[in-house]
Amino acid sequence: MSKPKIAFYWAGSCGGCEVAVVDLGEKIYDVVDAFDIVFWPVAIDTKYDDIRNLEDGEIEVCFFNGCIRNEENEEIARLLRQKSKVMIAFGSCSHLGGIPGLGNLSSRDETLDYVYRKTPVSGNEGGTMPCTTCVKDGNTIDLPALRTEVSALNDVVDVDYYIPGCPPPLPVIEGAVAALMNGELPRKGAVLSTEKTVCDECDKEKRKKMVGKARRIYDDDVDPSRCLLEQGIPCMGPATRGGCEAACPSANMPCTGCMGPPPASQEQGSRMVTAITSLIGVENEREATAEEVAEALASLRDPVGFFYMYSLPTSFLKRRYNDE
Amino acid sequence: MSEIEINPITRLEGHGNIKIFTDDDGTLKQAYLQIPELRAFEKFCVGRQAEYMPQLTSRICGVCPVPHHLASIKTLDMAYNAPPTERATALRRIMHYGYMIEDHLLHFYYLGGPDLLLGPDTPVGKRNIIGIIETYGKEIASTIMEHRKYGQEMVRMLGGKAIHPAFGIPGGVSKGLTEEEREEVRSMAESCIEFAQTTLSIFHDKVMESDFFADALKSSEYELETYNLGTVNKDNQPEYYDGELRMTDTTGTQLARFVPFDYLEYIGEAVEEYSYMKFPFYRKLGWKGLVESPENGVYRVGPLGRYNASTSYSTPLANEEGKLLEKTLGRPCNMTLAYHWTRLTEVLNVSEMLRDLAESDILVEGELRNPVGEIQGRGVGSVEAARGTLIHDYVVDDDGLIKDVNLIVPTTHNAAAISLSIAKAARAELASGNTNVDQMNRVEVALRAYDPCFGCATH
Amino acid sequence: MTEESFEPKIVGFLCNWCSYAGADLAGTSRTKYKPNVRVIRVMCSGRVDPLFVLKAFEKGADGVLIAGCHPGDCHYMSGNYKTRRRMELMRRMLEQFGINPERLRLEWVSAAEGARFAHVVNDMTEKIRELGPSPINGGATDE
Ligand code: SF4
Ligand code: SF4
Ligand code: SF4
Ligand code: FES
Repeated sequence: MSKPKIAFYWAGSCGGCEVAVVDLGEKIYDVVDAFDIVFWPVAIDTKYDDIRNLEDGEIEVCFFNGCIRNEENEEIARLLRQKSKVMIAFGSCSHLGGIPGLGNLSSRDETLDYVYRKTPVSGNEGGTMPCTTCVKDGNTIDLPALRTEVSALNDVVDVDYYIPGCPPPLPVIEGAVAALMNGELPRKGAVLSTEKTVCDECDKEKRKKMVGKARRIYDDDVDPSRCLLEQGIPCMGPATRGGCEAACPSANMPCTGCMGPPPASQEQGSRMVTAITSLIGVENEREATAEEVAEALASLRDPVGFFYMYSLPTSFLKRRYNDE
Repeated sequence: MSEIEINPITRLEGHGNIKIFTDDDGTLKQAYLQIPELRAFEKFCVGRQAEYMPQLTSRICGVCPVPHHLASIKTLDMAYNAPPTERATALRRIMHYGYMIEDHLLHFYYLGGPDLLLGPDTPVGKRNIIGIIETYGKEIASTIMEHRKYGQEMVRMLGGKAIHPAFGIPGGVSKGLTEEEREEVRSMAESCIEFAQTTLSIFHDKVMESDFFADALKSSEYELETYNLGTVNKDNQPEYYDGELRMTDTTGTQLARFVPFDYLEYIGEAVEEYSYMKFPFYRKLGWKGLVESPENGVYRVGPLGRYNASTSYSTPLANEEGKLLEKTLGRPCNMTLAYHWTRLTEVLNVSEMLRDLAESDILVEGELRNPVGEIQGRGVGSVEAARGTLIHDYVVDDDGLIKDVNLIVPTTHNAAAISLSIAKAARAELASGNTNVDQMNRVEVALRAYDPCFGCATH
Repeated sequence: MTEESFEPKIVGFLCNWCSYAGADLAGTSRTKYKPNVRVIRVMCSGRVDPLFVLKAFEKGADGVLIAGCHPGDCHYMSGNYKTRRRMELMRRMLEQFGINPERLRLEWVSAAEGARFAHVVNDMTEKIRELGPSPINGGATDE
């Protein structure tokens, strides 16, 4: 009897999610023994047409990483959804939109214009831009268009499960793979990681004391044994799901939120506003004027870029608007 | 006229396809390498807090997050007027060397190497890591995985995560190594030296002796004459973390030697409508399109580029291997498949450098960072990534927010050379009557030699 | 939608102890004010989760008003100070999202300030009318 088929694909991805799978190391033997890997562009030479030729639902499970940034990403997402029984969004980019999701802070035209014309490229005096169709040496060549918005996977197809992280931590992947092989998957739509927050997993000392304003990680005298947020260093720990064993704080750096919102909240930014304003404000609040409060909070220089570093496309507001 | 499409190209990082146009008689009209993706880090990093750039830009590539992280932090050192402490520099080097070993091994055993270790015409289902495990046995496979893990462990020890570490701060780093960890690094380095030698002997016995490789080294299908670029130390030996950039011509003569900050004077980038990837070129000669000619400013980076732009390797064992390379292939060497050999020589070179550094007390003594100075605006930082020279260039405003970004990533430098190599291979394969996608794997063999990363290349 | 026919939709979160009572007073003393605010009573302005504000905008509100007790008067001691910090940060974020921060307004209204409540509602309604419909959900985009 032939083994059940699985597929791995990357859309708007950095490849880190793929390396995370490779890093399963010898555990990959179990996967190879139990499944037939039909598609995995980073490691195996199958082409798109081979997938098109499969029956619908012939793939048991598809692990899909990367965001939906261009039309090709969207097309392949639909194709793989059609061919797969279970679709898993793997990693922050497909789960939440990921870091490339910050692209939603500018329009497509602004983006293309900057990348091809504004950066100090000295070889493009004519202002050439990539085109969705062009004729070169008499040959007509098509190129997938960028979408106007970056999206997470579940914006374009139905997703069964999510494996969070940028990239997902090994124990989280192992847990998910084990659940899959033993047929012990939870209810549809579940995020396959712990229910704790990063703060719950972080062993830094917490004193619950307020500070006057936010600081930068390069400011002096940060005590690495104490909670960074309580020292005024913005840290996404309270607004982020655990499963990574607080990897970044353990390297004395703030959490930037890659595991996405914790179970009890729907989006990270608003959760973080609550968390950070309970610690950062003005020290003598009762006497402070509104202006002083505004000044203290202006020390957070880029709240949207930081609070939504991995989740802008799946936040409530999703992107930048133009409110004249 | 007809068109053959290889989509997607596989066993490499990122997206790409090859479009081959043929004339009525079946000969090659033109072949294009097309990169269909763009995430636009250069744009969406504008407005972000500068100190997160090392983490933001590491997401350009999960195969080579470390060089992005380090090039980025070097850029911020400059922009913030904060030269790193000696200890921080040494620790950053440890992370970098660990990454180099792991990434080069990934290429030889998982990505490009299977073509050579198993042969390019091995059936499609077998010419990959799974085929390597079946052919070479689980024991060697476990050793490969173990050594990749060593590299990653060094990254994790310092940055909390093996992929996308959190580590660099302007003027230094966030975390040091303990004495025990330093000892662990030292013994992993010893083991890596041994494994690099094992890998090289596999290369000599299995790859060099194979008919395909012996033929390929002689045939013009896999040959390309270009300029070369790499970072070098004061003795013109390859340097990976810090140094000057050296550009050499097709005879190995130095054309330019410059500090990364001046890169704009030497490198231009052309744009073509059919791809999101730009085409860098040596500015003094200009961009003449996809033509192989000494008049055209096409150059190569990466292990072969570094070999060609340097005169010897900096460590004894690697230098010995380098001499063998030189005796067999000459220097400069224009054989594209020599990328593999130079890549493995670098594993040895870097492992030796790692061992030497792990013996130094600087890793465990001294300050982790210097205070930042006054923000001075622009910074440029570069390192040699596994795939070649990586340049980050930012303008930081007085509030520490990013105002402008330009990035030139290794595979982007190689864009024109890779395209030319593909066209040459396609021409040769069409001439021998090989037209189906599976036979066209020999075209992919040419591009895989570069260990390209197209996610990086368009970024 | 033409300028004239645009009637702003404003969601108002009013704290039970001061501002809701103030609105009540405006009602019983028949002070005229615009009907554009849909009132949601909360026990304290500090109960307004920033998520509610985003949700209101996501669901099509053109403006969000939060009204609580004057500083020092919060029934729960510091709820309104917390609100002041949160909403200040929310306004900065709205600006980054390309949404005019004037669409989010925080006011202190006591139980005795019926007329002030009416003034706040009228003033905010006119300001939002000038701004036009919210760009979120079908409004003007930048493409
Ligand atoms: S989630 Fe992170 S590791 Fe995975 S593809 Fe996206 S950026 Fe890369
Ligand atoms: S806020 Fe950050 S540093 Fe503080 S406990 Fe949470 S994760 Fe740890
Ligand atoms: S600490 Fe935060 S950013 Fe770091 S791995 Fe964990 S969730 Fe991701
Ligand atoms: S009770 Fe009115 S603001 Fe807290």
